Amino acid sequence: MALRTLMTRKTLASASSNQGLLHQCRSLQTFSLPDLPYDYGALEPAISAEIMQLHHQKHHQTYITNYNKALEQLDDAIAKGDASSVVKLQSAIKFNGGGHVNHSIFWKNLAPISEGGGEPPKASLGWAIDSNFGSLEALIQKMNAEGAALQGSGWVWLGLDTQSKKLLVETTPNQDPLVTKGPSLVPILGIDVWEHAYYLQYKNVRPDYLKNIWKIMNWKHASEVYEKECPSH
Amino acid sequence: MGSFTAITPVCSFLHANDLSSRIKCLNISYQQKRRHEGLRRKSGVVAYYGLKKPPYNLDALEPYMSQKTLESHWGEHHKGYLDALNRHLSKSDILYGYTMDELVKVTYNYGNPLPEFNDAAQVWNHDFFWESMQPGGGESPTLGLLQQIEKDFGSFPNFKEKFIEAAMTLFGSGWVWLVLKKKEKQLAVVKTSNAVTPIVWDDIPILCLDVWEHAYYLDYKNDKAKYVNVFMDHLVSWHAATARLARAQAFVNLGEPKIPVA
Repeated sequence: MALRTLMTRKTLASASSNQGLLHQCRSLQTFSLPDLPYDYGALEPAISAEIMQLHHQKHHQTYITNYNKALEQLDDAIAKGDASSVVKLQSAIKFNGGGHVNHSIFWKNLAPISEGGGEPPKASLGWAIDSNFGSLEALIQKMNAEGAALQGSGWVWLGLDTQSKKLLVETTPNQDPLVTKGPSLVPILGIDVWEHAYYLQYKNVRPDYLKNIWKIMNWKHASEVYEKECPSH
Repeated sequence: MGSFTAITPVCSFLHANDLSSRIKCLNISYQQKRRHEGLRRKSGVVAYYGLKKPPYNLDALEPYMSQKTLESHWGEHHKGYLDALNRHLSKSDILYGYTMDELVKVTYNYGNPLPEFNDAAQVWNHDFFWESMQPGGGESPTLGLLQQIEKDFGSFPNFKEKFIEAAMTLFGSGWVWLVLKKKEKQLAVVKTSNAVTPIVWDDIPILCLDVWEHAYYLDYKNDKAKYVNVFMDHLVSWHAATARLARAQAFVNLGEPKIPVA
């Protein structure tokens, strides 16, 4: 998966045993802005082209830039054995790294209507939704309610608990990835409810944004993610 | 300012100069502070919080903060919080009858906020925010406030830098404050998340800046740095800040005043 290659680090070459040496056989992999699989205007009218462009080129890029910066500082601090700096950098890494991870997932969760956006899920994911929530409408209602009620900035997720194989709806604050709510949770779908995701178009009417985003939801991709974790026998 | 009648549930705010002693108007002949359950509101007359207007026209802050932003920010966000708060209050007997300050502190519940906290605190914060700005604002403070800033931050540019840095390093939604800390008897720059306000820690706010995205997105899109700098250079009301610091000195002893020898 493209996401995996974006996040893989080259393995540390016996770094732990060379604590005294200043040069390490380690290379730091930094990240770059992934391309959108569609045009900025392709998601109209649910999400305007202006928002998509700002969201991708400015916000996501800023997270990546600051993530890379934090990683370099972290690398430095680890090499010097500066424990307090390492710990101090964790919040910047969680925020900016989380922002990069979450947005990379988000772009894949959306698809233009012409490419299947909004088409309801079928097969195993469809059945799982029905058995966990009753119906697709019930799931959508739940996610919209939780997304609208979220105070401040955050994300609302449809997650899969890989241990119990159950689907659930969760919210995370700021840029916390879903995994912060449970180590066995995998995101199937995520919706960005930061104000920058909808403000220019919907102003403060977040519920309208949440209602419309389902028209461009990429259930095909969600099904792929689900089937990977829960292969159907 | 404003008016209330015995029939419609509308309330007026006493537009006091200082913010902390804002008192909610009650139609006293019909309302008492009710703490015991089971009592029904006989006449159906209640008083709630009213939407306080900013002390300037909605287009007065152009071009630094557009009228469109003020209409949306005040008319929809601030009003939305207020309506939600009034809805909460109409259901809750115990919280009814508090002043705004008391309400914020009580619903904060020592860090375990009650559901009403978000709305109450956001109403408080936004009231404070509008009054922290003025048309033709910016430049720098004078007299006692400037002296205090120089004492606690070294210099005014130093304070400005710290304030802007706090705004830029705040993750997510929140507010940046210049507060007078009661215990340390010093001014400080503080950043809070979402709806939290320094009055819950008994500190005295002097200025605040809304860095929720809705505060600047229409005017500056993602350029938060520009927004914060514009606030500092053109919007911040040192007049209001001075008045608040003067009042705060009734609660915090900042030392002997510097009286020049003749």
